[in-house]
Amino acid sequence: MLNYLWAFMILAGIAWGALHGNMAEVAQGALDSAGEAVSLCITMLGIIALWSGILKIGERAGLIDRLAGKMSPALRFLFPGLPLDHPANRFIASNMIANILGLGWAATPAGLKAMKELDRLRAQTAAEKAASREMCTFLIINISSLQLIPINMIAYRAQYGSRAPAAVTGPAIAATMVSTAAAVVFCKVMDWKRG
Amino acid sequence: MRLILYLSDCIIPLTILYIVGFGLLMKRPVYDDFVDGAREGARTAAEILPTLVGLMAGVGVLRASGLLEFLTGLVGDAVSRIGFPPQILPIALVKLFSSSAATGLALDIFKEYGPDSQLGLMVSIMLSCTETVFYTMSIYFQSVKVKKTGYTLPGALLASAAGVAASVFLARHM
Repeated sequence: MLNYLWAFMILAGIAWGALHGNMAEVAQGALDSAGEAVSLCITMLGIIALWSGILKIGERAGLIDRLAGKMSPALRFLFPGLPLDHPANRFIASNMIANILGLGWAATPAGLKAMKELDRLRAQTAAEKAASREMCTFLIINISSLQLIPINMIAYRAQYGSRAPAAVTGPAIAATMVSTAAAVVFCKVMDWKRG
Repeated sequence: MRLILYLSDCIIPLTILYIVGFGLLMKRPVYDDFVDGAREGARTAAEILPTLVGLMAGVGVLRASGLLEFLTGLVGDAVSRIGFPPQILPIALVKLFSSSAATGLALDIFKEYGPDSQLGLMVSIMLSCTETVFYTMSIYFQSVKVKKTGYTLPGALLASAAGVAASVFLARHM
């Protein structure tokens, strides 16, 4: 995906610049941006290192498992068709908690295992290889974003001279709640329509 | 709104307090764990340098050539009629496919208007509350070789649209 997007930006940008006589600006733009990337990276280095260190403490202390254990009422509500003792429950819970904490590297493996378990469940009941209700719900909720603290965004804002880089945390949580609420309502309506 | 902004001030310190406290309760060597994590984080941040250079140069070219302005102008009339700022539409669309390309465009907004401007706040919130719909779906469904994705795409797009709308609204009221 990024291949085409990036190639489009570069090629279309240069072609457009040539047509409009902006070639000097294009060259300057490319060189300036490359330098900026380095100073951004230095700001990121500090903030990301700090945050990764904090999250590592939580991860090693078993925070994901601990919090995932408290997710079962939410899972009952979101996945009424999923048996209580099914292994998918645990992976879905870990994936959601890791996403909330911003532990992307822990979220994806758990999420893929959850999909595998959901696929096994689907194979027991449906002959056709199509996404089950549980898969749809899981992915829609996942994509609706659950992140609590947008640490990368805070770092970008700090680099560009924001007076309060973290001020967007509260609004971001509010917006995330809106998108997740929309996702939950949509999934519930689809569940209800399919009977 | 004041409550939400107050939340912004508290959430990071409280999260750190909770995690470090939890680590101590579980009898972990919290400082050693912190240093290990910070080392990994520093490595991750250093490793994204090439990606950042590539993307920021791409966006830099797009901006300097005048093409970005032209594309924004194309969609501008239609979306500004419904109260949506045209400058952030490309970011919302690119974010469906690639998080890093969207970041590159967002940084351009920060540079042009400042991160604390209304547009800057909008993109900050927007990129924090949406995911890469097409990328995530392809990874998860490919892993179990399911091609018929049911109602996942409309649901995911609806959730993203709700997040974008909420971002525009919240940034206007901050």
